[in-house]
Amino acid sequence: MSGVVAVIDYGMGNLHSVASALAHAGAQQVVVTHDADIIHNADRVVFPGVGAIRDCMAEIRRLKCDQLLAQSLADRHKPVLAICVGMQALMSHSQENGGVPCLDIIPGEVRYFGNPLVDSAGERLKVPHMGWNEVRQVRPHPLWQGIDDLTRFYFVHSFYVDAVERELVAGSVRYGVSFDAALARDNLFAVQFHPEKSHTAGLRLLRNFLEWNGQC
Amino acid sequence: MGLAKRIIPCLDVENGRVVKGVNFVDIRDAGDPVEIAIRYNEQGADEITFLDITASHEGRDTTVHTVEKIAEEVFIPLTVGGGIRSVQDIRTMLNAGADKVSINTAAIHNPELVRESAQRFGSQCIVVAIDAKRVADVDGAPRWEIFTHGGRKPTGIDAVAWAVRMAELGAGEILLTSMDRDGTRNGFELGVTRAITDAVEIPVIASGGVGNLDHLVDGILLGGADAVLAASIFHFGEFSVPEAKAYMAARGIEVRL
Repeated sequence: MSGVVAVIDYGMGNLHSVASALAHAGAQQVVVTHDADIIHNADRVVFPGVGAIRDCMAEIRRLKCDQLLAQSLADRHKPVLAICVGMQALMSHSQENGGVPCLDIIPGEVRYFGNPLVDSAGERLKVPHMGWNEVRQVRPHPLWQGIDDLTRFYFVHSFYVDAVERELVAGSVRYGVSFDAALARDNLFAVQFHPEKSHTAGLRLLRNFLEWNGQC
Repeated sequence: MGLAKRIIPCLDVENGRVVKGVNFVDIRDAGDPVEIAIRYNEQGADEITFLDITASHEGRDTTVHTVEKIAEEVFIPLTVGGGIRSVQDIRTMLNAGADKVSINTAAIHNPELVRESAQRFGSQCIVVAIDAKRVADVDGAPRWEIFTHGGRKPTGIDAVAWAVRMAELGAGEILLTSMDRDGTRNGFELGVTRAITDAVEIPVIASGGVGNLDHLVDGILLGGADAVLAASIFHFGEFSVPEAKAYMAARGIEVRL
């Protein structure tokens, strides 16, 4: 039973598609909110994000979403899913916007893809990394249940996560560089791609999240 | 293996119905946009683009409602364009469930709109649509200009230089339509596609003129496009999205199967 899923809303863009994909994946109740009580009492928490990191971090702190997130993570029975800029915000620091300190929940840097970016054959690669790329499942996790290794998910980003503790990496993608597409620690799962935009594979990952007990 | 080239069916919508004209004149009815979007989602389309060609304000309210309904059913990226003039228009479409918004004429009248909206909503959701038409060569080199009003009104702006400027202002992607080819089914204008893909760092979607599956292949392999957009070949059942992908894969193009 999924219970109540709180999607943390810190005012940076449309969370409609995340909420509607969660409902489609079987969530009993989805609430898009930054209300402390609702998030505190929710059974599961989704921490999404779009837009530029500096504005995101400013709103996350202003609305005290950083504290709400930290409380949710401290409750080991509450599964938390971070998506895209939500994942980047968990790291120590981002190179975006001239350098922005982030939440430092997971040690690591958010780096720019670089210009020019080239693949192993010397072919130029476009930035942002936009479209469907293959995610290598570096280690098993309940959220990969029923999803084949190297399944494609939808990405759109110009900065990527590079975690210090490599044992946290659950999924990896190659795009000029090899970067961390999924990180897992205790009751937290964080993805750079957009499961809500990744068709059947994305909906399956969301369903796995709704059925996950937060243990791995 | 890496990033897949994208196939994007395009819905040209007028007053709540999908239409597709030949050079914007002969308009054929192709059906309900929500049903068609769901069909392409099920077929494995990589994204869907929704272009509103309705002129009236009443029609635009219908568009918002249609976008909302598509976003509830379709879990792949959705781009909405046509008549986007302001930051408020962009916000309305993103709130309705669009993932990206395509700006065309408004960017020509007010390039700052691109910068402002990219800063506010992020480059990832700002697509600049360029309608290009070939004009007289300069010193023997081909030249393309931006045209407005469905390809009738020249602006004097060089299409390649414009794409570069839009990328600098924060556009996340270019949707390039050849007005010489749109609706002709003669294939993409590969010269301008190549010139723009080589000139900008951001992804380019080739559009205008697809009449068969070789055209899609050429757009990627010869034009260098990151994505190919087509309307009528999909709408009237000539080819399905899986057929297009299988054909491209057989010619060595990486696609999401």
